[in-house]
Amino acid sequence: MNESTVGQDYEKSPEIAELRLEERPDGPGAAAILAGAIGVFALGLLTVLAEASVEIHDWLETWEFGQGVGPLAGKTTLAVIVWLVSWGALALGLRGKEVELKRWIWASAILGILGVLGTFPPIFTAFAAE
Amino acid sequence: MELSERETWTIIHGMLAGTLFLLAFAGGLAGLWSLRPGFLTPAAIKERMRRLYVGVWVMAGVAWITVISGTWIVYPWYRAKLAGDTYAGCAGFNLPDAAACSPRDFLLSNVSGQTEGWHTFGMEWKEHVAWMAPILATAVAFIVTYYGPRLIPRSRLRAAAIVMFVAAFGAAVVGGAFGAFINKVAPIV
Repeated sequence: MNESTVGQDYEKSPEIAELRLEERPDGPGAAAILAGAIGVFALGLLTVLAEASVEIHDWLETWEFGQGVGPLAGKTTLAVIVWLVSWGALALGLRGKEVELKRWIWASAILGILGVLGTFPPIFTAFAAE
Repeated sequence: MELSERETWTIIHGMLAGTLFLLAFAGGLAGLWSLRPGFLTPAAIKERMRRLYVGVWVMAGVAWITVISGTWIVYPWYRAKLAGDTYAGCAGFNLPDAAACSPRDFLLSNVSGQTEGWHTFGMEWKEHVAWMAPILATAVAFIVTYYGPRLIPRSRLRAAAIVMFVAAFGAAVVGGAFGAFINKVAPIV
């Protein structure tokens, strides 16, 4: 159910009517939530991939620019880039739109949980390259 | 009384930023939780929202400072490979040594008890999961700023923001707790 028109907002919370708020559809909120989950998922995926492939591990290490950070530099920098790019793309696509927020939240929850699992040492070390 | 450069950065990364993060989280969570229909007057909403905006952005900003300083300044000191492949350089040490045995070397060498789990589990989890905190906290800060008082009637959006806010805090707790324990067992000197 769409819960985001100003009229519906005022009906549920008459106390905010006095604040004369402008319309704000759910789309940008859904974009922020899903993009955050995509960033978390990217971090988990890169952590697993760095463990599973020596080539990927070494490539991620090149992102440290001589600072001694190791592959963590590539994992975290790329995850932040993926998060920002996906946020920008989703924000553009959902600008001014109403969405079924429940679906976006569930998709985000699944991606977020997978991302957390990917950073958990007993899980990512299970993918270690021989 | 003096602190080395490394100790100073460890304090900035762990104690100062961590304390601010905790304060901002407590205020932010209380503010988000109170955004319920029929709970606040219009005047109270305006006042509450101003504090909430500050709280969520401070939490996001502090989270970024913590992970960036931790990863790019403190972590290289922790993970330097000084003691050789067999950690022979750590033999006889009771604590890490800046020239011969980094904290990572020290933990993996087991020269002071069974310490390798602090690295293979604690540090490995902490260094990754902590980066989720600023990402999630920034998303929450945007949602709070963009929707403002509209979060009062929009229970689903508010609930999602609270879950993300708590998840950001949880990620920071894992990072902070393991950071404190590891720095106790193998301090950066």
